[in-house]
Amino acid sequence: MDRMSEDPIAAVGALGDPTRRKAYELVAAAGQAVSRDQIAQALGVGRTLAAFHLDKLVQTGLLEVSYARLGDRPAGPGAGRPAKLYRRAESQVAVSLPPRSYVEAAALLAEAVERSGGDLTLHKVAREKGRAQSGADMWEVLRQWGYEPYPRGDTICLRNCPFHALAQEFPPLICGMNHALLTGLAQGAGWPVRARMSPEKGQCCVVLEGDAVLEGDTE
Amino acid sequence: MNLAQLNIARLRFPLDGPELKDFVDGLPEINALGDASPGFVWRLTDDSGADATALRPFEDRDDILINMSVWESLESLRDFIYQTKHLEYMRRRREWFDHAGLEAYAVLWRVPEGHIPTVAEGKERLEHLIKHGPTPEAFTFRDPR
Repeated sequence: MDRMSEDPIAAVGALGDPTRRKAYELVAAAGQAVSRDQIAQALGVGRTLAAFHLDKLVQTGLLEVSYARLGDRPAGPGAGRPAKLYRRAESQVAVSLPPRSYVEAAALLAEAVERSGGDLTLHKVAREKGRAQSGADMWEVLRQWGYEPYPRGDTICLRNCPFHALAQEFPPLICGMNHALLTGLAQGAGWPVRARMSPEKGQCCVVLEGDAVLEGDTE
Repeated sequence: MNLAQLNIARLRFPLDGPELKDFVDGLPEINALGDASPGFVWRLTDDSGADATALRPFEDRDDILINMSVWESLESLRDFIYQTKHLEYMRRRREWFDHAGLEAYAVLWRVPEGHIPTVAEGKERLEHLIKHGPTPEAFTFRDPR
């Protein structure tokens, strides 16, 4: 199971400031480590203010820091210090008031499905759910499900796995469920894409391939 | 130390039937992918030398297939099975196989470098897992030791 934030309420609270929230969203959407200058520019604020907000987000565990020399200056003497870069933290923040433990419940249910060999039933349910809950605006639907879609040629890649913690523990079962859900979403609204397993570290294991014939996966 | 892996599965349909076609057709590609993956050491094959689908680890059960392999580490095995095209076949495992009547169907254990496990050894480790649960002698992905 994933590491959880130590103080999730403080982490969520840190996003109460609109500028800071925008900074968080910009870093998350970048999909790679970004510098304070890039964020300052995107926010239209000074780099000191951008750094203040970014470091607050690091303190609460929402962002992580790394250091690297940026490509625009030569290495070696005179290259200056490595730049401080920010990226979204691996850990997840979950707050429920009053307390609810759906992740733990989901893990128990997944284990039960796994042990009873019920993959195909789960996949069928996920496909039906996708068909029923889809909508015409593909990008908007994918965003609402939390997939964070972005284009790569004819393919739509999904930066975030909405089921990441569970998928880490039960990959075939949960990645298969996810594939079925996306297949259902695409079929339900007639999107001109087809879900395909394409595991890649750091993002969702499914991609949506364009210009495909919409058939199959109907068992 | 290296990591050895065994899993068994019950065929839901005849191996040469239409239901298993996608699985059988994928074997050469997926086996080649595994053989070329970082950390791969060895995998069990039958007399064909291509795969292990002719082997039956239990004499009285002609519907149970076996997979056995050795890797340099748990991470290298995990990366192959869940981070490559192999995952597509894992996703579809229950179209082809189940584990009805099997108490456990997958086990991991450590072997010294250079050691190639026998089928009997693998079955003993599976028995150990069934009897004692995950221990350093026999464990699982979800409870690595």
